[in-house]
Amino acid sequence: MKASVIVFPGSNCDRDVAVSLEAAMGEKPAMVWHGEADVPASDLIVLPGGFSYGDYLRSGAMAAHSPIMRDVVKRAKKGTPVLGICNGFHLLTETGLLPGVLMRNASLKFVCKDVLLKVMRNDTDFTRSYDEDEVIRIPVAHHDGNYFADGETLDRLEGENRVAFRYCDASGTPSDDANPNGSQRNIAGIYNEAGTVLGLMPHPERLADPALGGTDGKPMFASLVGALH
Amino acid sequence: MKARIKITLKEGVLDPQGKAIANALGALGFDGVGDVRQGKYIEVELKESERASAEKTVESMCKQLLANMVIENYSYELEDA
Amino acid sequence: MSAQAAAMTPELVAEHGLSPEEYERLLAILGREPSITELGVFSVMWSEHCSYKSSKVWLKTLPTEGPQVICGPGENAGIVDIGDGQAVIFKMESHNHPSFIEPYQGAATGVGGIMRDVFTMGARPIANLNALRFGAPDHAKTRHLVSGVVEGIGGYGNCVGVPTVGGEVNFDPGYNGNILVNAMCVGLADTDKIFYSAARGIGLPVVYVGSKTGRDGIHGATMASAEFDDDSDEKRPTVQVGDPFTEKLLIEACLELMAGDTIIAIQDMGAAGLTSSSVEMADKGGVGFDLDLDKVPCREEGMTAYEMMLSESQERMLIVLKPGSEDKARAIFEKWELDFSVVGITTDTGRLIVTHSGRVEADMPVKMLADSAPEYKRPWTPTEPPALIEPEDVPAPNSLTDALETLMGSPHLCSRRWVWEQYDHMVMGDTVRRPGSDAAVVRVHGTDKGLAATCDVTPRYCTADPVEGGKQAVAEAWRNLTASGADPLAITDCMNFGNPERPEIMGQFVGCIEGMREAVEALDFPVVSGNVSLYNETNGVAIPPTPAIGGVGLIPDIAYMADIALKHEGETLLLLGAECGHLGQSLFMEMMQEKREGAPPPVDLALERKTGDLVRTLIREKCVSAVHDVSDGGLLIAVSEMALAGGTGLTLTDYKGPLPLHAMLFGEDQGRYVIAAAKGDDIISRAKTAGISVREIGETGGNMIRIAGEEPVPLQRLRDLHEDWLPHYMSSQ
Repeated sequence: MKASVIVFPGSNCDRDVAVSLEAAMGEKPAMVWHGEADVPASDLIVLPGGFSYGDYLRSGAMAAHSPIMRDVVKRAKKGTPVLGICNGFHLLTETGLLPGVLMRNASLKFVCKDVLLKVMRNDTDFTRSYDEDEVIRIPVAHHDGNYFADGETLDRLEGENRVAFRYCDASGTPSDDANPNGSQRNIAGIYNEAGTVLGLMPHPERLADPALGGTDGKPMFASLVGALH
Repeated sequence: MKARIKITLKEGVLDPQGKAIANALGALGFDGVGDVRQGKYIEVELKESERASAEKTVESMCKQLLANMVIENYSYELEDA
Repeated sequence: MSAQAAAMTPELVAEHGLSPEEYERLLAILGREPSITELGVFSVMWSEHCSYKSSKVWLKTLPTEGPQVICGPGENAGIVDIGDGQAVIFKMESHNHPSFIEPYQGAATGVGGIMRDVFTMGARPIANLNALRFGAPDHAKTRHLVSGVVEGIGGYGNCVGVPTVGGEVNFDPGYNGNILVNAMCVGLADTDKIFYSAARGIGLPVVYVGSKTGRDGIHGATMASAEFDDDSDEKRPTVQVGDPFTEKLLIEACLELMAGDTIIAIQDMGAAGLTSSSVEMADKGGVGFDLDLDKVPCREEGMTAYEMMLSESQERMLIVLKPGSEDKARAIFEKWELDFSVVGITTDTGRLIVTHSGRVEADMPVKMLADSAPEYKRPWTPTEPPALIEPEDVPAPNSLTDALETLMGSPHLCSRRWVWEQYDHMVMGDTVRRPGSDAAVVRVHGTDKGLAATCDVTPRYCTADPVEGGKQAVAEAWRNLTASGADPLAITDCMNFGNPERPEIMGQFVGCIEGMREAVEALDFPVVSGNVSLYNETNGVAIPPTPAIGGVGLIPDIAYMADIALKHEGETLLLLGAECGHLGQSLFMEMMQEKREGAPPPVDLALERKTGDLVRTLIREKCVSAVHDVSDGGLLIAVSEMALAGGTGLTLTDYKGPLPLHAMLFGEDQGRYVIAAAKGDDIISRAKTAGISVREIGETGGNMIRIAGEEPVPLQRLRDLHEDWLPHYMSSQ
């Protein structure tokens, strides 16, 4: 399996996700500079977390116009799986690959902590190694994770089973109390129509190593390797 | 010429920063503060001298980058240098 | 020499912070009147901040060497060997005054500045810590300052992508008028890729990289010359604004450049910007610099030589390159969209010659600029140590458990979660011990080794007795590292004090240094870097003496480290270290009696070392499942924190010893650890053999804190009290 991690000026979780990918794939992903015109042949493209362009103007707004993103959008539309984590999720919404937008957290504060997520479906390349409705513990670290879309879009996302993860309590019940950012309908991540593009605020790469205190993020990388190798 | 661009949140979009400002104003004793909405103000210097083409350029800037049309509106004024 | 030459009046000299004697000295060095630019350059080089003129004579007494030390004080940061061809590079620095004026930007630029000190030496920053001290919670400014400082630290560190893993937050009315923001950065480098600031060699290109220069941070006092510029307010922001995005790019660009073989010397432009960086580089290299200010990238129009030399604009570095490598270096900085400009050349003149618009604006001997700063042994009076208070002389509380609840829910001991959840403490994927334990631990990337780091000082002890307080600060840092399972390596110090021209303040400084020196020596815990911040006072009221200690330790294998959480039921709790029930200057006395009296707890350094060495051995042998040092609040607070961290309750054994119960539970005797172990007997006999006091204090289990004869305290209630104070305080108006 070949994976590419796109590196923007200000990306800072590029190394972290590369470590998790390498652990799962057995080889290093390609690190691709934003100024390149083309993504090398890849079974998976990852848009990592961080503060591309300092999150100035709007998170992800300027990186979305990087030369490389034209090719990323093209490939995503042709079916190459794309995983956008945190700032990568911002980019996916800014490029229109995913609907909606991520606004300032309702608390107005940056929040870094473990949250519980409900795995809404396990039939995608990203989630096969999870159980459906499984409750997993994954960290968030963001200032702008408050998912917003109009009611019609939210209804459509739910109707098409495109909500990937929701913030939930220990019993798996999505709840506002468990929601770290005020996102609508406790949405933590969503898919595109084909289920091949996933954007999520939590960082699975941060809990994929027992030394870091947990491995609930690991099955996502295992799923991808299982599906795409 | 110079474009003075205002980016505001569309009506109905939750504005937690605006809400926080309203609360803070209330706490400072400013009674009678209703809804508060905040936004961005951007000045762009343009080499254009023709108003019509400058307008077109600014529109395009706003739509492509400066505003996120999912949640934001924009308005602008042009000022001759 | 300059068209703008201002007449050198005594007022102008005084506004530049130079005494008449210092000005005479300047005249003697130059052999003529200085230009305004030269006056500015001398004034910043001779400022307390750059010259350490009041503190140097005392700082020199601190031990700075050891087999592990690669580079001690004098460079941008200290360097310590951690084996396998790698080194840890670290330093702590104050940004107190700017943070009081504008908390967000002040704190943010403090974080940025300390990171530059570390990566300028070739290290990738891998962990940030900070020691924050605010005024009383009920002081009008405190909430606003806490909010701004925490947001600023997070805003900068989170964006750059370096985890903020630890530190401390205190509230004390002594900081009402002067808060302290001490930022520490820990970096990791290969020992064969360490970079210094000595610009050795003639005819080498001097390169400016990073952000453009603006009028940021040019000191108010040095700017008062009306004839120099009229419409000053609009032009002269004294608050520097940080740009963490540029800092991130600068880190990546510098590390990329450092991977090649092009750099002779590199230095960040920190305080006094271009002036101090060029003087330091030239002086250490034994060369002169010709600088052409027309080549300096400027953000604003019409900047003068004076302004460019003194600007404290952030995110800038000065590099001396090997000849012919300019193009290679330029390509790297252009890739990262940063300014790159050759602004000068090294010379054999030994002079710093600054030209601007074809005019020589300054021409000064480098050696004299760097070395001739005055050095003062200011008069000092020692602090009279207060009398010891016997445990029996402090009244018992009505209820021990009420006292526990009061302390755990107080601003002094409540959870700092509200603070550290605003910091990205996990980015870089190596935070193996998150905030909330004795020391934070980050893994050395790609290895099983860990670096433990902590910040410590107890200012109320230092106020009462600077010598014991200084000793205690070093010992506590050593203890916290030990409790995590680390071998303590070295420390950085951030010395925050009032006005050194007052003998009693100077006495506090001298006392703290003396205590630190004793502890550093006894614990083989050398000082490798540091910073001094004096004049922290308002209306004649000085801050409590605050020598903040940043300690770093090495964990050879992170499989063998410890944390404070009680994890298993039915384990034995042991207390290691002598019990004296010392309540003088304790938080118990402060909270229950509302006073601070008596001597602080003394530190027995020999015992400290012996006890710590045993604890570390026990951790390495996996004999213990949890370890916590006993500090603020005493034994009952320590075990309660352990219970909350692991969600496991405990029962304290009925105490049969000689001390009053409240003194046993809340006394702040030093050099003590609580450990949890499946089997206590072997540990007890080992401690006794080693001559270390040891007592079985209880057993883990249940979901309460149980003390014989007292109503049990449910963990949930204690947790609520402990967690709620800070968020509740911050959300109330």
